[in-house]
Amino acid sequence: MNNVKPTDLRDPEYFHKVVDCQYACPAHTPVPEYIRLIAQQRYDDAYMVNWESNVFPGILGRTCDRPCEPACRRGRVEEEPVAICRLKRVAADNKGSITDRLPRIPRQKNGKRIALIGGGPASLTVARDLAPLGYQLDLYDSQPAGGGFMRSQIPSFRLPPEVLDEEVDYVLNMGIESHFDTYVESLKSIIDKGYDAIFVGTGAPRGSDLDLPGRQECEKQIHVGIEWLGSVAFEHIQKVGKRVLVLGGGNTAMDCCRTARRLGGEDVKVVVRSEFARMKASPWEIEDAQEEDIPILNNHVPKEFVHEDGKLTGMRFDQVDVVYDASGKRNLVPTGEEIFFAADEVLIAIGQDNAFPWIERDLGIEFGKWEMPQVDKRTFQSSNAKVFFGGDAAFGPENIITAVAHGHQAAVSIDLFLSGKPTHQRPAPGVNLISQKMGVHEWSYDNLVTVDLREKVPHVDKVTALKDRKVEVELGFDINAAYREAERCLNCDVQTVFDGAKCIECDGCTDICPTDCINFIDNADETALRRTLRAPANDATQDLYVSEALVQTQRIMVKDENVCLHCGLCAERCPTGAWDMQRFLYSVTKAG
Amino acid sequence: MTYAKPAFRHPDSKTNEVGCTRRDYEGGLSTLCAGCGHDSISAAIIDACFELSIEPHRVAKLSGIGCSSKTPAYFLSGSHSFNSVHGRMPSVATGANVANRDLIYIGVSGDGDTASIGMGQFAHVMRRNLNMTYIVENNGCYGLTKGQDSATMDTDSVSKKGDINPYMPIDLVRLGIEVGATFVGRSFSGDKAQLVPLIKAALSHRGFALLDVISPCVTFNNHQGSTKSYANFREHNEAMPVDFVPRREAITTSYDAGMVQEVCLHDGSVLRLQKVNNEYNIEDAQSALDAIAHHTKQDRILTGLLYINRDSEELHDVLQTASKPLNTLTQRDLCPGSRFLDSINAGLR
Repeated sequence: MNNVKPTDLRDPEYFHKVVDCQYACPAHTPVPEYIRLIAQQRYDDAYMVNWESNVFPGILGRTCDRPCEPACRRGRVEEEPVAICRLKRVAADNKGSITDRLPRIPRQKNGKRIALIGGGPASLTVARDLAPLGYQLDLYDSQPAGGGFMRSQIPSFRLPPEVLDEEVDYVLNMGIESHFDTYVESLKSIIDKGYDAIFVGTGAPRGSDLDLPGRQECEKQIHVGIEWLGSVAFEHIQKVGKRVLVLGGGNTAMDCCRTARRLGGEDVKVVVRSEFARMKASPWEIEDAQEEDIPILNNHVPKEFVHEDGKLTGMRFDQVDVVYDASGKRNLVPTGEEIFFAADEVLIAIGQDNAFPWIERDLGIEFGKWEMPQVDKRTFQSSNAKVFFGGDAAFGPENIITAVAHGHQAAVSIDLFLSGKPTHQRPAPGVNLISQKMGVHEWSYDNLVTVDLREKVPHVDKVTALKDRKVEVELGFDINAAYREAERCLNCDVQTVFDGAKCIECDGCTDICPTDCINFIDNADETALRRTLRAPANDATQDLYVSEALVQTQRIMVKDENVCLHCGLCAERCPTGAWDMQRFLYSVTKAG
Repeated sequence: MTYAKPAFRHPDSKTNEVGCTRRDYEGGLSTLCAGCGHDSISAAIIDACFELSIEPHRVAKLSGIGCSSKTPAYFLSGSHSFNSVHGRMPSVATGANVANRDLIYIGVSGDGDTASIGMGQFAHVMRRNLNMTYIVENNGCYGLTKGQDSATMDTDSVSKKGDINPYMPIDLVRLGIEVGATFVGRSFSGDKAQLVPLIKAALSHRGFALLDVISPCVTFNNHQGSTKSYANFREHNEAMPVDFVPRREAITTSYDAGMVQEVCLHDGSVLRLQKVNNEYNIEDAQSALDAIAHHTKQDRILTGLLYINRDSEELHDVLQTASKPLNTLTQRDLCPGSRFLDSINAGLR
């Protein structure tokens, strides 16, 4: 039998993991910290906490994939997580001018030149982190303005251009030399310009096509989704046919169909190969599409484009049943039924890929499977030490917040590399742990946990929304709704910290804990312990907090972190201060 | 300032046979000092009632005055409750029990409420073998009036002020066995593994069940020199483990043969006790008194079920009272008509 070992609190990752939202966020934004600031109406401060961590609070507050929300502890004790993403938008919407808080850019440069290829979130993050250190940064992008796919693929009704411009400009105004409308055709030509380092943040720019009978013949009425969205964004396309079919079940498909509704599409359908539950689009984006009268037709496998006299008339599909075999493998079995949908235009949004036709293969950059560059997962350095990758260009399509996280790490690597230090020795995160006790029953955070349900974000009315693709659909929380929503946060970053030396084993904490987290128990191996706790600790992804053997009985304190409400009652009930509520601030170290 | 218990409970918390979770047996948030043993005893009562699947409305909780006697406010908020005069809980409990024999009676008292002002009533309620569970939350001091020594404070125990207690303590369990309690146990608020099954057994016992529970006063009696501090009591505790096996369950635990005594209670549940020695017979009063005295002499405090008498008559048997609660008697029961009157009259001629 292997007894469990006491938890090592010197490892910052232990408490970091308890802050589920922050831990799940690729950029590790300190979520509870900024939510508290929103509740205090300190929007500027809340914005800056975000800006430090994720560079694009206003953009992400509207468009983030929200990996934090499924992780939110509130969702484990109640039905719905805190609306973290939309609270972030509240900070951006209500802030004043923050330009005086932005880092100062040294006039005297440090002599090192860096090229950034691609003007999306990854490159901009690298620029944001390195410009204050005195690096000279040149940014190249094929589009007429910065933002990359945030500009070309996210429709204005989800992300107004003013919001995008503001946050992109905060970075570009740091003295970044930008070269827009400049498609880089050769990496060698950039290398030849003598840059000290090159960052590639060119995304995954190639939309998948669908090679079915009729595809060639109807070229003009069939579009690849991401290219079509880009053309709409830059106003090369201003209208669409009345009947539109959108193929695919991801977020791009949702953006395509909703954009089509605004450009004259009256009968817009989304047709998906697989079943509804397996669709890749975020649930809220599917919901928004459905609210705009867009039916989503699942279990339809495209068969051919139907055309008459060189003109598309519609598409034929095979109806399928989804069958899972014994090994859990999914099969789409045709039912034999064929279905025809009439259409004037078809948008193909079935995925996107990386493409590096512009990178010569003799530059020392190794390419592996699927023609992807070999990139180190921690340092983002390629096998050519001067060339770094990040965002979708590094490991395939992800999302904005992941690109930002890559950007931060790549910036750290570039700075280390150009300072002559090994890129594998990463700087430790910044950690701060401080007691929140103010007095008897008095904590510096709002520790009362009440059953308040998630607030709904109000939308502009549908008729107005569908008239103009530039009208933002979501109105965002007003200040009162934002306060109520912010109060739903459990403050998981205010940690329950246990000092066994002070414990007299009175059981006060065990007795008061509303969610039966705390146990005083004989040591055993972890599996046995998890079964025998007051409430079984069935979620093995959630850690057990374990103390040293206690003085009086040699038992150990075991706390299951899973559904701890961080209400502080254990500390309230502790006569000796063995429990304390301490705020844990974890910040990923930036370059410099 | 925020001090309230959130309504959320563990999503996997179990429900018992009457469909309640443990949290359904809670009461208001305690205002006792943080770390008070009494709160642990309240939690043990909650655990016991939850595990026995007792419907809260079938319980009547009664108390006198003192820190201990506040605690019925902190458990079983769905039960009947009476907070009586200092030391007079036994007479109120007697009245209630005589009127409604179907409820489960839990009396909560302290060392002052029981061993000082309430000593007279305490002795007599035991002598009458009232069917109830009487829990003394025994901390050896008067916490509500700044911690003066109480009648159960051990000789030579040092008060927080520094005074040494010159008097003999009243040992409640020995008194209980002497005057007629039919279930006598002692336990410790910091040992729920023993306390919870003991409370369950006491609630299942038919007759007067006394539980003397040492419950450290963190504010006035938890210092060095006190015999009733958490640390000192743990050091001197000679705990006899108790295992309560409900009627429906098979016995699974195994203790050393010879040291184990099994006791079948009236409702069919079984108590398995691990005794300190083989000679000790917990169904024999003298044997129990000897064991307690023997350990006291060695500076050990014997805890567990110390004495049980399963063949006693409780107060209702003695008084030959109505078999149903008075509030369920109908007019026909109370006024059976002239035929019965005639027969009574005939019997007196």
